[in-house]
Amino acid sequence: MAAPLVLVVLAAVTVRAALYRSSLAAFIAERVEVASPLNAWKRVVEGLALLDLGVSPYSGAIFHETPLIIYLFHFLIEYAELVFMITDILTAVALYLAIQDYNKVVFKKQKLLIELDKYAPDVAELIRTPMEMHYIPLKVALVYLLNPYTVMSCVAKSTCAISNTVIAFFILATIRGSAFLSAVFLALATYQSLYPITLFAPALLYLLQRQFIPIKPKSKSFWLFTMQYAALYLCSLVVVICLSFFLLNSWDFIPSVYGFILSVPDLTPNIGLFWYFFAEMFEHFSLFFVCVFQINVFFYTIPLAVKLKEHPVFFMFVQLAIISIFKSYPTVGDVALYMAFLPVWSHLYRFLRNIFILSCMLIACSLLFPVLWHLWIFAGSANSNFYYAITLTFNIGQLLWAADTPHVLEHFHVWMKRMFTSF
Amino acid sequence: MLAVGLVLLLAAGLGQGTTRGVLREELLLRPLPVGDVAAVFQFRTRWDADLQQGAVSHYRLFPKALGQLVAAHGVRELHLALTQGFWSTQSWGQPPLGAPAGAELWVWFQDTVPDVDKAWKELSNILSGIFCASLNFIDSTNTVTPTASFKPLGVANGTDHRLLRYAVLPREVVCTENLTPWKKLLPCGSKAGLAVLLKAERLFHSSYHSQAVHIRPICRDASCLAVSWELRQTLTVVFDSFTSGQGKKDWSLFKMFSRTLTDACPLASESKVYVDISPKNKEKQLLEVTPTPTSVHEAIVQGDKTTYAVYDLLSPVLFNTSRSLNVQLKWKRPEDSSELSTPIMHAQRYVSGYGLQTGEISTLIYNTHPYRAFPVILLETVPWYLRLYVHTLTIITKGKENKPSYMHYQPAQDRKRPHLLEMLIQLPANSATKITIQFERALLKWTEYPPDPNHGFYVSSSVLSALVPSVIAMKDVNVEESPLFTSLFPSSDGSSYFLRLYTEPLLVNLPTPDFSMPYNVICLTCTVVAVCYGSFYNLLTRTFHVEEPSRGGLAKRLANVIRRLRGVPPI
Repeated sequence: MAAPLVLVVLAAVTVRAALYRSSLAAFIAERVEVASPLNAWKRVVEGLALLDLGVSPYSGAIFHETPLIIYLFHFLIEYAELVFMITDILTAVALYLAIQDYNKVVFKKQKLLIELDKYAPDVAELIRTPMEMHYIPLKVALVYLLNPYTVMSCVAKSTCAISNTVIAFFILATIRGSAFLSAVFLALATYQSLYPITLFAPALLYLLQRQFIPIKPKSKSFWLFTMQYAALYLCSLVVVICLSFFLLNSWDFIPSVYGFILSVPDLTPNIGLFWYFFAEMFEHFSLFFVCVFQINVFFYTIPLAVKLKEHPVFFMFVQLAIISIFKSYPTVGDVALYMAFLPVWSHLYRFLRNIFILSCMLIACSLLFPVLWHLWIFAGSANSNFYYAITLTFNIGQLLWAADTPHVLEHFHVWMKRMFTSF
Repeated sequence: MLAVGLVLLLAAGLGQGTTRGVLREELLLRPLPVGDVAAVFQFRTRWDADLQQGAVSHYRLFPKALGQLVAAHGVRELHLALTQGFWSTQSWGQPPLGAPAGAELWVWFQDTVPDVDKAWKELSNILSGIFCASLNFIDSTNTVTPTASFKPLGVANGTDHRLLRYAVLPREVVCTENLTPWKKLLPCGSKAGLAVLLKAERLFHSSYHSQAVHIRPICRDASCLAVSWELRQTLTVVFDSFTSGQGKKDWSLFKMFSRTLTDACPLASESKVYVDISPKNKEKQLLEVTPTPTSVHEAIVQGDKTTYAVYDLLSPVLFNTSRSLNVQLKWKRPEDSSELSTPIMHAQRYVSGYGLQTGEISTLIYNTHPYRAFPVILLETVPWYLRLYVHTLTIITKGKENKPSYMHYQPAQDRKRPHLLEMLIQLPANSATKITIQFERALLKWTEYPPDPNHGFYVSSSVLSALVPSVIAMKDVNVEESPLFTSLFPSSDGSSYFLRLYTEPLLVNLPTPDFSMPYNVICLTCTVVAVCYGSFYNLLTRTFHVEEPSRGGLAKRLANVIRRLRGVPPI
């Protein structure tokens, strides 16, 4: 099993190395879809240059990375390309291992249900065979590593890849059942880009399920474990933030990183919903709408936790999709992360509505981004509305996809158990 | 009794006399190499009173509006210039008084001022009222605190640069409405003296117009135990006499200003007209001035020896023959293809790159001195919406990297403050230094664009301050005696002189949103968010049940009966 994975990794490394050497690298690094103000490599270099000049990197409006990143690259700037390749590989391997473990659990559960005779007799074709489940982890790694989105954000050296690695490790730790590591990586992910805080809920649900603790508000052990996990998470977060404080000896990074994420002052176009909306917003309502838009990431977490408490990993996937749609500076790297999970739910596709249309939408939009950007910015024959329209379409595509899969999952499980439920 | 009264009166008169101001007015006419003529007016009011004490209530020559301003806001030094056009150093030589296009204001505050930013804001608002200029647009987004470029020009005991504020409004258009209040500050207004020449319709029919106000404390005497206040009002104008004079380079006061001089300002203690008649090539005197000057003055200005024909308006000889003075200059023979003597230092700046995403600002600084190198301080102020990347800064001289010996960089903050870049660069002899820095163009909120967004955004001139080596060693001269045009900048030592140059302002386009779209964008984006909300709401509230296929309701049965009759499979 390891051999195909090594092959995939080799292919991924070759593609990236070739692109780094090609003239495309500079072109890709400038793309607004790949590098947002938050994670563009150019800004990291600028931050390092400011640090060298003796100016605090956070005194300007260019650098918005966390202090740990700047110190990481302070030492590794020469090997940046290598670092980004390694982070991508680590992400893929972590996802591979995580999904492998997860599939074992799923398979066990399915076996149990079959033994208990809880499935309807005519769903035999829907029961997942070990053969197809065997290749899912590999498919996940493959989809992550060879996804053009990932390749581009790696070539552009977008630090989004590092956030993705941290999130992948968090998922691995969660699925392996290590509450401590899971909390630590979640804290790191939160520290890195704030929004992963919403992954707290699915991780908690999964860990509870794994330890066979009933998810009931009345149960004492439920609260005990929740408290434990929350405390671990908060402690690691405080440690990381204090560490950053001691690195730079100032709190400047808090407004410059998290304030920047939340208040959206930089309206550089990207694939998200924020930039054009706030460029066109009436000043008077700006704050209100910033709140309305930011709340979207956090808003669905609790209801989804209630609804999907049986499927925490799936919940994690949906939450990642929501983050990538509603975060203030999204890039294709964020999209790539949740897309990597699609093979895990490949058995659901036959139930998915409009899968063909949605895939076409996403592909067409991805191709149109650079075209319309060129027409607006360089040729001057189009205006901002063209690019805005394509970001809107792209987001609708993502959104319908993300909102549709939970339906299908519910549907699937009800269908599988219908004999049980209908009587 | 009478004697005592007389003595008292005399004493009072003397007392008055000591705090009385001294006004000197001066006009310098300088033919420029390409055939244009530069006219520099300077009006200098010197007042031996201490404005800062607040005890001054009686104003005579010194304008009260400015005097009160200085006293109330703790101003130590104030320099305001309003300029239309661009002084082309390359073809006109070094400017007598440099100024950037638009409005420039720099102020040193007293160290007793508690809140410099507040005082600066109030000051710019008041000046905006006094000079009818848009100086009220000076705010934190275009104000910087340079550390090295702007030193106090007057007496100062300490140069803590936190007391300095500097701002340029490159978009400011200078017109008659700015000239009238400026003229009103003159003791004689435009009624008498040199100021009668200041007619707006001629002054603004020119290639370059720059008016300035400089207020600074100066030493009252050689021992410098007390300070006097100096107000210098300067006006520089460049007439294109070559094209307006039918291809001839001859000019006269009447031709340029459509006025002639009749008398000196009665309040002035000195009123002189200087005409630059320095021979360009040593052998022959090529030009002729009429009437005959009252005297000839030789001075070393900007490192070079120059000869001036002087007309003293206060000397009775001048108005003996005619009632008015109309200085004329004639070239004896058409100058044979006058080769331009290139100034020792000149600079140019431009924006390169295409598209609206990124760009590059390039500054070229030339040192044409054959064998001497000198350092220059470059000050760049770039608005926040051009995001400068300081790691892309390159300074190349003669194909080699030139490392600045001092560098101060303050990055911009969005909607708060501009980028400030100050560098001390050594310019080797006979070299061109190219400084480039890349920037990214920001997309602004639609309300932040000016009414004509596609016109572009101005980036103010960069400032070059240098001690340029002079050709001829300068002698120490008494500042009070020498002509005004030599005495604004303090001279350091004999071998070099201070020069401040301003480069071109830049015009940069930014990407624009569609200004007609706010409602559409708000509606469309909110629709997407609502679709998302709808889908998730649907998911969260719906429960799935498997329904066994039933016979269906009455309608279905009826439909099936009909379908069966039609021969179509039932539903």
